[in-house]
Amino acid sequence: MTNSSYALEINDLTVAYRNTPVLWDIDLRVPSGVLMGIIGPNGAGKSTLIKAALGLIPRAAGDVRFFGLPLRQARARIGYVPQRNSIDWDFPTTALDVVMMGLYGKLGWLRRPDKTARQTALAALEQLGMAHFAERQIGQLSGGQQQRVFLARALVQNADLYFMDEPFAAVDAVTERAIVNLLHRLRAQGKTVIVVHHDLQTVAEYFDWVTLLNVEVIASGATDSVFTEENIRRTYGGRIGALPAALSGSSEASAYVA
Amino acid sequence: MLPEDRRVWRFIGAVALSMALSVPLSAALGVQYDYTLTNVALGGALLGALCGMAGTFAVLRGQSLIGDTLSHAALPGVALAFLLFGREPLALLLGAAATGGLGVLLVNWLSGTTRLKQDAAMGIVLAAFFAIGVALLSYIQGRADASQAGLDKFIFGQAAAIIVRDVVTLGAACLLIGALLLTFWKEFKLLTFDPDFAQASGFPVGRLNGLLSALIVIVCVLGLQLAGVILMVGLLIAPAAAARQWTRRLEQMIVLAMLFGAFSGGSGAVLSALERGLPTGPLMIVVACSLVLIALLFAPQRGVLWQRRRLRSEV
Repeated sequence: MTNSSYALEINDLTVAYRNTPVLWDIDLRVPSGVLMGIIGPNGAGKSTLIKAALGLIPRAAGDVRFFGLPLRQARARIGYVPQRNSIDWDFPTTALDVVMMGLYGKLGWLRRPDKTARQTALAALEQLGMAHFAERQIGQLSGGQQQRVFLARALVQNADLYFMDEPFAAVDAVTERAIVNLLHRLRAQGKTVIVVHHDLQTVAEYFDWVTLLNVEVIASGATDSVFTEENIRRTYGGRIGALPAALSGSSEASAYVA
Repeated sequence: MLPEDRRVWRFIGAVALSMALSVPLSAALGVQYDYTLTNVALGGALLGALCGMAGTFAVLRGQSLIGDTLSHAALPGVALAFLLFGREPLALLLGAAATGGLGVLLVNWLSGTTRLKQDAAMGIVLAAFFAIGVALLSYIQGRADASQAGLDKFIFGQAAAIIVRDVVTLGAACLLIGALLLTFWKEFKLLTFDPDFAQASGFPVGRLNGLLSALIVIVCVLGLQLAGVILMVGLLIAPAAAARQWTRRLEQMIVLAMLFGAFSGGSGAVLSALERGLPTGPLMIVVACSLVLIALLFAPQRGVLWQRRRLRSEV
């Protein structure tokens, strides 16, 4: 195989909006098989990074490779969970139907999802504890349940590399646990998962790899060595609401609270 | 199939049956379906069905008002085509499509590159194109050959002018667009529900978007002569909006929207042809909006009365 050992490799990526850089000269290497969190303050470009990598928004410059391949050739190995609030949940469709959408890409033109597709989608819903809600109209689900439907849809994509945009945002405890379990299962299968995350408290618990981002990459690497008070301060500037409990023990830390 | 889905399909069957029965019923009440009126009824119904197909996607994509911009912006195209080529149907259609499409592109360009928000851009483009259209129309009316022009019918629509060729055109459009929707059903569904995910899955979202927008343009342009530029958008939106109330499946929504559209278009056209000088567009819209009102009030789950009753039972 021509694959490099990196699941994701980004070189010199720059994205601009109305001549203002949103992402500046990003270089990033994510090894295969890690659970990586992307953290940074609001407006740091976390979601933009994912979208630019997946070609959903135009990039001003830069090169992105997945397992050593350009996007076009690696597409079938990539799964995506968009932000939950990016779509209209009043759309007339059911949870099961949404999950089956994860199979459309591999079906190709003219083919429709069949019984097997249905079974695959049901099994994915089952894994997230959502089998009972398969035939619910998606607008009647709670926020956490909607998030689990999105995750089930990504699951049936059967990808090697997953991008998840804020899956933990505003979800209930049951959903949070379901997502964490799913992440662990994916890692056990050797998958790579990249998660945009907003909660500093849980970074060390959920992720073994972390990228601190604020327009530029501040630091990226194993959580143990990179997720330090110093790096967090450089990423958030004076805008930290609360440092992770594990790091904020010193009296010095409270000085960073704006 | 789930009981709830089966219930809705039965409801759709009942709707189709009662709408079909309205033909013999109106005939019994004295409406005479002679050759002309049959054409009028068929033309209106086919246009309504087309609007149901295109409108379902326009409404769900939040593009309802694009249809409004499009149809208003088509008026100067109709007038220009008449000035250049005379009363040639194909030329009028192409003229309408040209300025209508230009209007929509202009809205996209304005909201993309300037600080104007999309609603403001639509309002400005719609008014500007419509104003130019009305001015051109007045100029044409003042000319010697004005009496044959009859272009003022484009403002509120005129069904009495439907001839066999129009019915054939609308029928062919129904088949063509229906076939396209069937072919690309899962792609259009995914594109409408979650365009980012569609693109990440590898679908050519730009081209599919273009195709879907082209369908909406074609339907609007075909409807101009019958429904008129001012109210065309109503026939596009209302049947789909009414259909949305009764179901939770896209497949059912589009079938129901086609039925509602066909009934509104057909009955509106027949009503307007009964009396000389009755405008077609407004009558179609009155029927379509009555269906919306009924749906908003009485639909299970989503209807106002249903929700009020549930609220009361919970208290």
